[in-house]
Amino acid sequence: MRMKFTTVALLSSVAMLAAGAVQAQQITFVSQGGAYQEAQTKAILNPVAELLGITIRQDSSPDAWPVIRTQAATGKPIWDVIDTPTKDCIRGGEQGFIEKLDFAQIPNASDLPDDYKSPYSVAYEFYSSVLAYNKDKYGDKPPQGWADFWDVEKFPGTRALRNHPLATLEAALIADGVPRDKLYPLDVDRAFRKLGEIKPHITVWWTSGAQSAQLLADGEADLVMAWNGRVAAVEKEGAPVGYTFNDGLLQFTSLCILKNAPNPDTAVKFVNAALTPEIQANFPTYIDYGPANPAAYDTGKISPERAAQLPSSPANAAVQALVSEEWWSSPEGEEAQRRWASFIQR
Amino acid sequence: MAVSHTGPEILHERREQRLTLLLLAPALAIVICLLVLPLLWLAWQSIRADGGFTLVNYQRFLTDDIYLISFLQTFRIAIIVTVVTLLLGYPVAYAASMAPRHWSVLILAAVVLPFWTSVLVRAYAWLILLQRRGLVNSALMDMGLIDSPLLLVNNEFGTVLATIHILLPFMVLPLYATMQKIPRELTMAGSSLGGSPVFVFTRVFLPLSMPGVIAGMVLVFVLTLGFYITPELLGGGRTFMVSMLVSRNIEIYHEWGAASSISVVLLLSVFLIFRLSTKLVPFERIMGTR
Repeated sequence: MRMKFTTVALLSSVAMLAAGAVQAQQITFVSQGGAYQEAQTKAILNPVAELLGITIRQDSSPDAWPVIRTQAATGKPIWDVIDTPTKDCIRGGEQGFIEKLDFAQIPNASDLPDDYKSPYSVAYEFYSSVLAYNKDKYGDKPPQGWADFWDVEKFPGTRALRNHPLATLEAALIADGVPRDKLYPLDVDRAFRKLGEIKPHITVWWTSGAQSAQLLADGEADLVMAWNGRVAAVEKEGAPVGYTFNDGLLQFTSLCILKNAPNPDTAVKFVNAALTPEIQANFPTYIDYGPANPAAYDTGKISPERAAQLPSSPANAAVQALVSEEWWSSPEGEEAQRRWASFIQR
Repeated sequence: MAVSHTGPEILHERREQRLTLLLLAPALAIVICLLVLPLLWLAWQSIRADGGFTLVNYQRFLTDDIYLISFLQTFRIAIIVTVVTLLLGYPVAYAASMAPRHWSVLILAAVVLPFWTSVLVRAYAWLILLQRRGLVNSALMDMGLIDSPLLLVNNEFGTVLATIHILLPFMVLPLYATMQKIPRELTMAGSSLGGSPVFVFTRVFLPLSMPGVIAGMVLVFVLTLGFYITPELLGGGRTFMVSMLVSRNIEIYHEWGAASSISVVLLLSVFLIFRLSTKLVPFERIMGTR
């Protein structure tokens, strides 16, 4: 008798599940794919798997939020731990899709400042929206921050900003004189007013990281707000591009655990291990993003030259502003996002 | 005459109708399952809220001026693209239909070949050509025609230009199909009766080619209304067409209802345009089947 394909598939997956239970513990870890997830596999996932003796299965989703919602709706999620913008962890927690973290079981998290944690999430890696510029154009007098970006007399040239309010509103407020540590809650009206001033001088409102890199590499824009990893990649290819961490808008992705995750205990162990300073210190070997655990910079694994290129190193973090994902997931933040589209069009 | 009278001819006709319907059934089932049901689902999403009925998604059309702005911009771009493709496509189709066979094959191949290249690749190609340090600007500056680069892309101009390029085959092909079927004897008769070439063209050829003109215009117009790649890549964030409004709504409101309502309104506008244009030309001719 021939069995139907679906029956075979079903039986074999049941067999695999049974085998999994007997074998070593495992979790399913989800990140955003691409070069970034590949780098993590070498830097974080393989060392953690070895340290804990567990199997880490991977999945990727560039935008995990809709999938989190769908999995939560079934009541039987298949993911355990996700690496996603902190906002997803927080609103997921508030809507009952994400588990509260028991920090007593995550001792490594105590190295992290309170700003890096929420009841549902803990920071994992850092990136920053920095001011990048064309070196040929500005020579030995490069722009130093958002006030210079707004100064079209002192720094003539074409400009590009991200077509998104997050980090852009913050930059406008810094340019308008708001101290970096007193940005929140954002004065949205003031930020849009200040953005209105620079709007006629913006050549491109970019939508993807690749586009921002292309604008810099081709010299289409002389001053660009872009993610530090993208700028560093363009610089490495030999384009005359420079950037400054001064006034950078520091952001991080976080780890969080799905409610009713299939392997909750192993998931917690994984989160703790992923924050181990020595393992976190592997990040910069593979990608231009910074470790979330500041103790990683004390392990001796990251050279001072390398630390200077990373958004989360203590010296660089001190001259940047930390973006508040909590504010952006509040009703005011959502409203600011809605206002953005009509601002761009008018 | 008795209405209930059923003669043999009528019975035969009914049997034939039943048979046609039966033969059509598989195709109809596919259309209903894959097209009609998803569209109804889309419309349903736009009026449904947590267990109830809502018009909140449609209220935004009145309260949020970004909807009006982007619909106006989309229709303006669609009109420009349609008119320019017609002006460019008509001579090309005319040449292809008049030229000797091997020449017309060559002309049509030139029209269709780019059609097989990915839209994405062609949009990026325009970016390379048109940007500040792109080929067009450097050439113009080297020739001393301009001092500083022209803004050719990252605006509505670049979007319109690339969209015209991409949609040109949709204008040329229906035009060519119609022109080819115009009997040559008619223009010859016009000439032999003393009509000048211009007179013969405007009084004989042009009116006979009108179904192709309308067909091409409707196709290009409707396709432009839903264009996404060119405004997204070449619009510089300022060109905001309806398709981008759909994706932005999913990002901002995180629900399908907001995006569905825009699709429904766009779909209804397309239906309306089709309805008006079929008053001018029968539907079968627009689709090129007759």
